[in-house]
Amino acid sequence: MSDVSSRRSAAGRGVEWVGRVAAGRLAAGAAFVRFVGGVSSLLGVTLAWFGRGLIRRRARAAPATFVRQMVRIGVESIGIVVLVQTFIGIILTLQLAPTLELYGQLERVADVVGIAVFRELGPLLTAIVISGFAGASIAAELGAMVEGEEIKALRAHALNPIRFLIVPRFVATVLMLTGLTVLADVVGVAGGLATSMTVLGVSFDTYMSLTREALTLSDFYTGLIKAGCFGAIVAMIASYEGLNVRGGAEGVGRATTQTVVKSIVALIGVDVIFTAVFFAFKV
Amino acid sequence: MTGPGVSGPATQPDVVIAVRNVQKSFRDASGREAVVLADVSFDVHRGETVVIMGGSGCGKSTLLNCLIGEYAIDGGRIEYRTSTMDAFADVASMSDAELDRLRLQFGILFQSGALFNSMTVADNVALPLREHSSVDPRVIDIVVTLKLEQVHMLAHRHKMPAQLSGGQKKRAGLARATALDPEILFYDEPSAGLDPVTSAAIDELIRDLSTKLQVTSVVVTHHMDSALKIADRLIMLDKGRVIRAGPRDEFLRIKTTAPVDLLDDDERLIHQFMNGRAEGPLTDDQGISEFEKLLVGG
Repeated sequence: MSDVSSRRSAAGRGVEWVGRVAAGRLAAGAAFVRFVGGVSSLLGVTLAWFGRGLIRRRARAAPATFVRQMVRIGVESIGIVVLVQTFIGIILTLQLAPTLELYGQLERVADVVGIAVFRELGPLLTAIVISGFAGASIAAELGAMVEGEEIKALRAHALNPIRFLIVPRFVATVLMLTGLTVLADVVGVAGGLATSMTVLGVSFDTYMSLTREALTLSDFYTGLIKAGCFGAIVAMIASYEGLNVRGGAEGVGRATTQTVVKSIVALIGVDVIFTAVFFAFKV
Repeated sequence: MTGPGVSGPATQPDVVIAVRNVQKSFRDASGREAVVLADVSFDVHRGETVVIMGGSGCGKSTLLNCLIGEYAIDGGRIEYRTSTMDAFADVASMSDAELDRLRLQFGILFQSGALFNSMTVADNVALPLREHSSVDPRVIDIVVTLKLEQVHMLAHRHKMPAQLSGGQKKRAGLARATALDPEILFYDEPSAGLDPVTSAAIDELIRDLSTKLQVTSVVVTHHMDSALKIADRLIMLDKGRVIRAGPRDEFLRIKTTAPVDLLDDDERLIHQFMNGRAEGPLTDDQGISEFEKLLVGG
């Protein structure tokens, strides 16, 4: 009798476990749909306010607000972007060199570094750096404003928080990430050049001539298209997480972490889509 | 009439805010529904100062958020009739643009002051004026000076919010709330976190603004000293319901009545709350404590 009941209870526990796991998966799925829906909706409202701002002066945030955000997101990130992209140029060169040397094509490191940096690593790594540097700071700032009732105060004064806070951060992130990507491209190639000249013995002229030959205009603009979209993703995820902060200082901390994690996953996911589309259309 | 029995449309001509059978619930993380406002009705008359009071969790902050259109209500009506309106308008049926127009007619002092940290005190006060009027910046500067002087904050006009004390933040917040000369002023816990002297100064300021500017004021607080100093009428909330609404003298009578056997059930609850007693109907009905449950293995 006790054997039967213990077997039943084991089976019951098994069913309960399956149910719990299924419920957990469903809840995670619902949270994911809610997040994507929330970010998309925020993007829609932000673009609507941006459009209204282009038409009506009164629907526009003050130019000083845009400048402040551009300095904070773009200018203050220059140092870290330069550092990261220089390292990437050096790493790529040193990693590729042994294999290319086997085929007697050592100088071809210029082609690979140029294309990899312009098409992929320039925009992607710059976006990842910005998500950690500026995205987390946007989420923390907005979260602190939610907790400090500043967002509520804006609404209470009939001032739309999206127009005041999100549009300037969105525009600044898109513009500055695009600009920083141009800088990252140049610095990445420069890192490869310096390493090739000093370690591999490739001449400046050879390296630059091979880089110019390998790169096409589409390598440049596909990178910039990606950068603009990556900027929008980082700005929207950071803003969404910041505006939805709950639970005081702990909530603000959680929002910054979530911003960085979700941004990196979203950036790589969207990059896959871009790469597949560019590959399919031979861009 | 104002009180638990208020029902139907507001008929008195001087009613500015008519709250009728307002209900509001929230869902917690586990999906359980918690009723915060069960059935709240009252009127606010032009020019009076109404204090909404009650213990922690009684729903007074939720009610304030519903009044200012921050939370959508689940049932009932919140209607406004300001001097620019011909008839009562229900907040729930207003478009965003209509709600914004209504918001221009009221000012709010938030619990923390809610100053914009990236702006100076003067810029905080100037912001509503810059955004909602087309007056010359020099005129805005004069208005800002007047508003800051009104709350004795002129000397701090160039400071950033982080450089201000709690009381100064509230004063600056009050200057910003009055920047557009509102008809209605809402105060969320104006004395919270302040020392008794600063708290008394804020109370005086609220009285002063009410009489000088002839504004209608709605104050949410659980500080009894402040409530009795500033209120023309008080509304006591408990478990999401209005249990008593009346003039200050009525509440003073309840507060000072002894023995409590002379009071009815609701009055005993108010008596306990106003006198800050640990024992009484507010704490009696909490039932068996978690500690007791643990002891009896329940």
